Amino acid sequence: MSNTFLGMPSLPVFGTGNLFEREPFPEFAHRELQDGQLRANLGHATRTIRQKRLSVVAELPDWEALRSAGSAIKESVMARLPELLEEFEANFTARGGTIHWARDGNEANEIVSSLIKATGETEVVKVKSMATQEIGLNEFLDEQGISAFETDLAELIVQLDHDKPSHILVPAIHKNRTQVRDIFLREMEDVDPELSNKPAELAAAARGHLRRKFLSAKVAVSGANFALADTGTLAVVESEGNGRMCLTLPETLITVMGIEKLLPSWQDLEVFMQLLPRSSTGERMNPYTSLWTGVAENDGPQNVHLVLMDNGRSAALADLHGRSALHCIRCSACVNVCPVYERTGGHAYGSTYPGPIGAILSPLLTGITAEENNSLPYASSLCGACYDACPVKINIPEILVHLRGEDVDSKRGTAKIPTQIDIGMKAASWALSSGKNLGLVEKTLPLGRLVAGSDKKITQLPGIAAGWTQSRDLPAPPKKSFRQWWNKEHQPPQKDADNPKPGQGADS
Amino acid sequence: MSAREEVLGRIRSALRDAPEAPQVPRDYRTTSARNEEELIEQLVERLEDYKATAHVLTLEQVPAHLAKLLAGQGRYAVPQGLNAAFFADLDTDDEDGARRIVDGVPSWLTAEQLDAVDAVVTGSAVAIAETGTIILNAGADQGRRIITLVPDRHICLIKSKDIVGILPEALPRLDAALPQTWISGPSATSDIELERVEGVHGPRTLDVVIVRP
Ligand code: SF4
Repeated sequence: MSNTFLGMPSLPVFGTGNLFEREPFPEFAHRELQDGQLRANLGHATRTIRQKRLSVVAELPDWEALRSAGSAIKESVMARLPELLEEFEANFTARGGTIHWARDGNEANEIVSSLIKATGETEVVKVKSMATQEIGLNEFLDEQGISAFETDLAELIVQLDHDKPSHILVPAIHKNRTQVRDIFLREMEDVDPELSNKPAELAAAARGHLRRKFLSAKVAVSGANFALADTGTLAVVESEGNGRMCLTLPETLITVMGIEKLLPSWQDLEVFMQLLPRSSTGERMNPYTSLWTGVAENDGPQNVHLVLMDNGRSAALADLHGRSALHCIRCSACVNVCPVYERTGGHAYGSTYPGPIGAILSPLLTGITAEENNSLPYASSLCGACYDACPVKINIPEILVHLRGEDVDSKRGTAKIPTQIDIGMKAASWALSSGKNLGLVEKTLPLGRLVAGSDKKITQLPGIAAGWTQSRDLPAPPKKSFRQWWNKEHQPPQKDADNPKPGQGADS
Repeated sequence: MSAREEVLGRIRSALRDAPEAPQVPRDYRTTSARNEEELIEQLVERLEDYKATAHVLTLEQVPAHLAKLLAGQGRYAVPQGLNAAFFADLDTDDEDGARRIVDGVPSWLTAEQLDAVDAVVTGSAVAIAETGTIILNAGADQGRRIITLVPDRHICLIKSKDIVGILPEALPRLDAALPQTWISGPSATSDIELERVEGVHGPRTLDVVIVRP
């Protein structure tokens, strides 16, 4: 089997679904930044989680060794992906599970919907899953007359509010407790009208609201955090027990998972189950992890399906400089430390995947030339906090720069007349090519001072540079350039210039 | 072409550069040099941090302690394979045996039946001191996943010899072919302002009984 397809040419085939910006990041972000409540909510939540993460990470003397192992394991998964997928498939199937392959989100949606229809049910319970959000499964099922009930507390909040998730781990991070209380009072039929805004009471209200649903559900849809090739085991990591409810009580379980979630062996859990909980919720271990291998007799769902989905992942894998984005275990540590995310929130990224990982993963899955996603790689100050936090050491800043380069190259290829950037680059290359040329440019500095006026600020640059001054002022250029100053200060050479006394270095 | 063939084909052409799988450096800790007393102490501390209640007992103390824990509560579920001697003290007040509901052949309990009990008592496969984690692995004394999920209180017994220090020591003791539930404290959520609150859909109360020989 394995060799049949070697050499078959296949262009990168990109993904579909909720992976696109709805409008360019700067525009959406600009609007979100006006929302003081949003910024306060995000600031509070990300500060809390950053603190927790730091303290539990500091407890482990071997954190860096675990990160290195995690990174190498994921790299080897990518190198061996076809064989590992086949190994996983064989083991999962041998234990009574059924595997379905999906080229893209549409196909995955079709598969899930026909599996549900085959049971005759019109309602399903769902465990929080990025993969099903990515492909817009709930909306698709809705069109088919199937209601999907989100059971994770934050997902429930978002669903009841007809809103969109804004964070990988805590989709309702943009709402504070009072806003959550108001949503519950408005949207839950069975809720106590005296409900307070205490998180414990809100959690209890969610328990009451979903209890009957869990006990009567016949079909559940989940994602998966890990799939272990050598045993054919799937893992779901969660906190509330809604995952256990969905994975245990129904007769039919349908899991949707991206092909990159594999780990080679059972033993690898010892690395990833140390990295994930500490990086995501800042806990030593999350309250519940469920593992299942196909069907267990008399225990849990007897109809167990897994949809293995590409949806642009093979295209990301084809990008040699971007493929390590597929190592992501969706912990959200990079999101929580990102200064850009903390201010704009997750909605500005448009895609299901926000924050630093979203800024690389979305364009990798859809192609950077998909016009909708070409502003995402610029949604970063390249400060590098994401790289430091990432438990599998994905070098996000490097991939951002790579994608910016791809974006510029792709535009250069299509534009008929040179762009302003092309002209600017040409001019810079001429100016920087010789000291004489640069000297000529420097002679124009007084012109800049003239433009700046008496407040010594340039508030609007022309052309594409206008974008830069949209949110900042440019200080007026100095009277002299550094080179002009240097020449003046250092001519003619002083007697002792070659032997400065101690403490009188060149910079004194 | 089937979706399977096409997806595998796409992946193979994406890997046209034939990247090499790196050696995995496993320089992290794989053992913890701690004695049983230290392990028990750390496990208790971590469980309490999660707002679970820990009890450290000898084997002989178990029946009386279980009777105390379940005093004033109604029916409780147990898996068929759990040592019935643990319930000796409970049985003295329960002559017709109506309080104890056993899950197993021939009568598997339904979700509705389990929803009507006050507690479930089970054993466990292994516990990890460093993370305060108890693992159930479908053993005869642990039962099916459903029985530790639906009741609102889980009383879980763990033998002191089944406590390990760190996660890498726990995995070889587990059977991946059978379903597993890793439990670290009662159900909880951090979904509102990232503040952890205990008690959502899983059991809201977790008692861990550590049993010394
Ligand atoms: S990129 Fe790294 S830090 Fe960000 S979510 Fe993925 S694994 Fe976590």
